[in-house]
Amino acid sequence: MDGVHDMGGMDGFGKVEVEPNEPVFHAPWEGRVLAMQRAMGYAGAWHIDHSRFAQERLPPATYLSVSYYQRWALAMESNVLERGYASPDELKAGHAQTAGKNLPRKMSLATIGAGLCRNSFYRTPQGPQKFQPGDRVRTRNIHPASHTRLPRYARDKIGVVERCHGCHMFPDSVAANLGDDPQWLYTVVFESRELWGPEADPTLKISIDAFEPYLDPA
Amino acid sequence: MAGHDHDHDHHDHDHGSELSETQLRVRALETVLTEKGYIDPAALDAIVEAYETRIGPRNGAVVVARAWNDPAFKKALLDDATKAVASMGHMSRVGDHLVAVENTPQRHNMIVCTLCSCYPWEVLGLPPVWYKSAPYRSRAVKDPRGVLADCGISLPKDTEVRVWDSTAETRFIVLPMRPAGTEGWSEERLADLVTRDSMIGTGLPKSPAEVK
Repeated sequence: MDGVHDMGGMDGFGKVEVEPNEPVFHAPWEGRVLAMQRAMGYAGAWHIDHSRFAQERLPPATYLSVSYYQRWALAMESNVLERGYASPDELKAGHAQTAGKNLPRKMSLATIGAGLCRNSFYRTPQGPQKFQPGDRVRTRNIHPASHTRLPRYARDKIGVVERCHGCHMFPDSVAANLGDDPQWLYTVVFESRELWGPEADPTLKISIDAFEPYLDPA
Repeated sequence: MAGHDHDHDHHDHDHGSELSETQLRVRALETVLTEKGYIDPAALDAIVEAYETRIGPRNGAVVVARAWNDPAFKKALLDDATKAVASMGHMSRVGDHLVAVENTPQRHNMIVCTLCSCYPWEVLGLPPVWYKSAPYRSRAVKDPRGVLADCGISLPKDTEVRVWDSTAETRFIVLPMRPAGTEGWSEERLADLVTRDSMIGTGLPKSPAEVK
């Protein structure tokens, strides 16, 4: 979706402020949010793309004004409610009123090692790889209302395929609950002037990781 | 939220009403998900503890130091970072899609996730707030030299700046250039020079003089 989360190239957000000796968490609840997200993902309650899309659907003013882990917490509440893992009354009361749904697995102290490792996103290809390193491609001019990993600043632009990362589950499909729909994934490099016009810094090159359905031969 | 009884002590501090509201909502969520049987608070404790104590940029620093000292390992790292890092054994397991990119006198690499916050957790730990912030995500792909200036870094004018936007599940780590004057140093000593930001590309490794 063309949301405020897609901020590559926007102006006006100000300086990058580095916090010296930044703690891992700024408050204990942040750690609980991160760990819950991890545990619910491990349990198979939802996928990372559902979490991302729930954040992207927050009202823009909310997205920009709350902290990072507040955003995660809001997205987690959405996924819990939308997927029927708890009711609004239960979240309001802070207690379960009925038994939970069955989930494929549950993270415990015994499975913590696996829980700390990211899942594999590789999937069996549905067809042959269409592009090779060195191929010129044009990114598509798409504006789906749902989740996509093709940022606005890199749509309808000509770039060069640099690497192929194998075949992965396709976030656009997963977020829309349409299954893995595995797609080939490429690093595509753009000259700065292709993205930012003739005044752009000529020493700059930018790459995105683009799934095959984002690309046409150029 | 009267009558809220939670059997897990978070040692929370009061940061004002807005954060208290967040704390209460997060507690309510954790209690409900626990009572529903989806999550185990003891496992959550262990995850928090792992990120607070074990999974941090020292892991990546050790990888970089080895690459500086061992040409075969460096080649393996650039060929397949997931496999190379896993071969070091002692570190937390690495996800499938880690890619290491090498800084050279001709090219400086920088990592960003403009759409969210993708970051190589296994080797760098959790990302700092600035990495996830609008100023960094918006500017890194358009004005990386400006971002570097905010971070106190100035590169030669003709150095190519390559920005990698982690838009998929691939994760990137920068292999910075080895500082001069470190010939014969052990991996342990070299790792002390490798800063988190040098592995994101918004910083450079420390010089020998900076570590004494």
